[in-house]
Amino acid sequence: MNNRPYKTDMPVLLTVKPMSGDKFNFKLKLWHVFPVLLFVLFYSTFGFADAGPAKSSVFETLVRWMPLLLKGFLFNLLISVLAMGVGTAVGATLGLGQISQSAWVRKFAWFVTQFFRNSPWLVLLFFAMFLLPFEVEIVGVKIPLPDWLKATIGLSLPVMANVSEIVRGAVKSLPSGQWEAAESLAYTRTQTLWLIILPQCVKRMLPPWMNLYSILTMATVLASIVGVSEVMTLTGQVLSSEGGRPELLAPFYSFVLLLFFAYCYPIARFTVHLEKRFAVIS
Amino acid sequence: MTWDKTQPMVSIKNVHKAFGDLKVLKGVSLDVMKGQVICIIGPSGSGKSTLIRCVNALNDIQEGSILVEGQEVNDPNLDKLELRKKVGMVFQQYNLFPHKTAIENVMMAPIRVLKQDKATAEATARKLIKKVRLEGKENAYPGELSGGQQQRVAIARSLAMNPDVILFDEVTAALDPETVGEVLRTIQDLAEEGMTCILVTHEMAFAREVADHIYFTDRGVIVEHGAPDTFFNNAQDERTKLFLSQIL
Amino acid sequence: MDIFFEWFRHLYDTTGINLPFIYDAYDRNRMIDGFWMTIKLSITCLFFSTIIGMVGAWLQGSPLKWTRRIVNGYIQVFRNTPPLVQMYFFYFAIGSLLPKVATDYGGEAPLLGSFAWAAISLSFFAGAFNVEIFRSGVEAVPKSTIEAAEALGFSRLQIYRDITLPLALRVSLPALNNNLVNLVKTTTLAYAIAVPEMLYEANQIWSDNVNVTEMMIFLLLAYFFLVGILVWGMNRWEQSMKIPGYGE
Repeated sequence: MNNRPYKTDMPVLLTVKPMSGDKFNFKLKLWHVFPVLLFVLFYSTFGFADAGPAKSSVFETLVRWMPLLLKGFLFNLLISVLAMGVGTAVGATLGLGQISQSAWVRKFAWFVTQFFRNSPWLVLLFFAMFLLPFEVEIVGVKIPLPDWLKATIGLSLPVMANVSEIVRGAVKSLPSGQWEAAESLAYTRTQTLWLIILPQCVKRMLPPWMNLYSILTMATVLASIVGVSEVMTLTGQVLSSEGGRPELLAPFYSFVLLLFFAYCYPIARFTVHLEKRFAVIS
Repeated sequence: MTWDKTQPMVSIKNVHKAFGDLKVLKGVSLDVMKGQVICIIGPSGSGKSTLIRCVNALNDIQEGSILVEGQEVNDPNLDKLELRKKVGMVFQQYNLFPHKTAIENVMMAPIRVLKQDKATAEATARKLIKKVRLEGKENAYPGELSGGQQQRVAIARSLAMNPDVILFDEVTAALDPETVGEVLRTIQDLAEEGMTCILVTHEMAFAREVADHIYFTDRGVIVEHGAPDTFFNNAQDERTKLFLSQIL
Repeated sequence: MDIFFEWFRHLYDTTGINLPFIYDAYDRNRMIDGFWMTIKLSITCLFFSTIIGMVGAWLQGSPLKWTRRIVNGYIQVFRNTPPLVQMYFFYFAIGSLLPKVATDYGGEAPLLGSFAWAAISLSFFAGAFNVEIFRSGVEAVPKSTIEAAEALGFSRLQIYRDITLPLALRVSLPALNNNLVNLVKTTTLAYAIAVPEMLYEANQIWSDNVNVTEMMIFLLLAYFFLVGILVWGMNRWEQSMKIPGYGE
């Protein structure tokens, strides 16, 4: 039965609360590594029983290749950080363009944003891989564009579009009273934007921006499809070098899943925490 | 259980209720005869809302008994459906169903719960909407109505079930002052037609004029009660006098 | 129709813009097949992910601790790991564990083909998001509205069917639509396990004809319009479901 006191606010329908990951009270602690290792150990004895005397156990194989896979994963993280940086910079500009006073700038920015938002990430990746030249010449200096750099640029395109939307959404969510108050204090539009609106928007933009980063990190594996040597490509190579043993498939793929989970889940929890802290009482 | 008009319609005897460790009602007793209008007043947290919510079994009680037309409410085998056909309730937050129009809100319960056919339910609903003076607003959605209008639709919705007693839980507390009057007038009409009403309210002028009996609760007990004249002009207890001096 | 197609061949001859999927019948059919495959995959995943979402949201309300934990674990794992790796895991790791069936020509084929695994993988991926969306929708229905229905005598099932579900659906519609759009975009991942959807067929065509630029631009435009139409359609549906007075 309802034991809560009534609020004085009269919602006809409550606003939807942000998605909570909070019901799952799972904090990643150091000791959590042990059940994982235990599982891999169990799996290895199972694998060991299956394999012939000459083959090494699943667990041993995994441990042997772990340093290489971890290096590959770090490369994924590098790509994600670079793509996020470039994408955020360009995307923020685009977002500001969407709220520009000039109708042409607004329409152009809107179109570019929608165009890259509607496109699948993999298609944009292909787009960048195939259509960017293998080297660019700037001021007489030839800069080679290796595959991974092209992939980074390709991934920064959807980031740009989503950041643009995040910025626009955050600015729109501020009550118009803020703009009116600034106007009555004789602030110019630029001053209003940079001194009043954007500082308040940063808080609102942080949770969706971090969520975007998490999605981007997970999207870096797409680079394996276009031939960039990151953790997924390396896993494939390792598996084939081990003779394509089917009992290795699940453990190795699980390990990759675990790497991403270990990186992205804390980000997700932190995002939920930020959302709660920055919850705007409107 | 046989019940006749000479016995109280609602009989609350020594009711205790706690939310976990917090005791909210500490032995409350009161009787309501058929056709009476009872007002329960008191400071926030005194347990008034909790009390009337116990009458229609929205809250359970730990100790004591509540008899509605002779039927014990504090009974694990209680047929809640039957109880709620007899006891209607209007809430502070109106709680209309936002995805249905005003007339659909009023028609829904008779159709679904009383299994009436649509034509009968609609005819009754139209009459009730007219009665609460909202003719013309039948097809408006709650979001398009003002607070006072929504509250009157809520009253019509309870009336559609043809209850014997209606509970009003601070129904005007959330309304703008201008709209409070129209809701109180509607309740007054009901009272004059002989409907048994139990109101939790802050509207002292209304209580003075319409109530047959007033109960003052503070911290889970009934401190004082009496007919409006005696109560307002000749309060005995210190706490009552303090409360009245703050309110009036 | 042929004149229309021939014009594109003429275009190629004069300007070098090569669009073989228009003028060449074989390529054209490949492209159309790819398009339908994308649609087929999207609809299949939409259907199953919605069911998974509803079942998951219902299980999340279970009184059993481990049921809740398993559902929450599923959600967290599928939301925080790359869908591509999930697909590889399903197709390669789990696929290799399943028994093989004999094909007509005497060989052996895996029990479930790449389309099936892509559908399974993406359905679970989108389903994880749907569980949260459905749960938020149900939670957004205020307890007080449910209480008003209780006070009118509605049974639990009636409340769920007539009040909770309609309101929860309207609240979660924007998020559900967003998820659907993302699902359509994510179907391109099926390329990695050789499902012949639009990206795959486009790849085949540009491998044969060495016209990457044209194919790329076409693909981008194709998805732009596909998603655009979907978003427009969803907005129309949202508008028709809108509760007047709520929101703006």
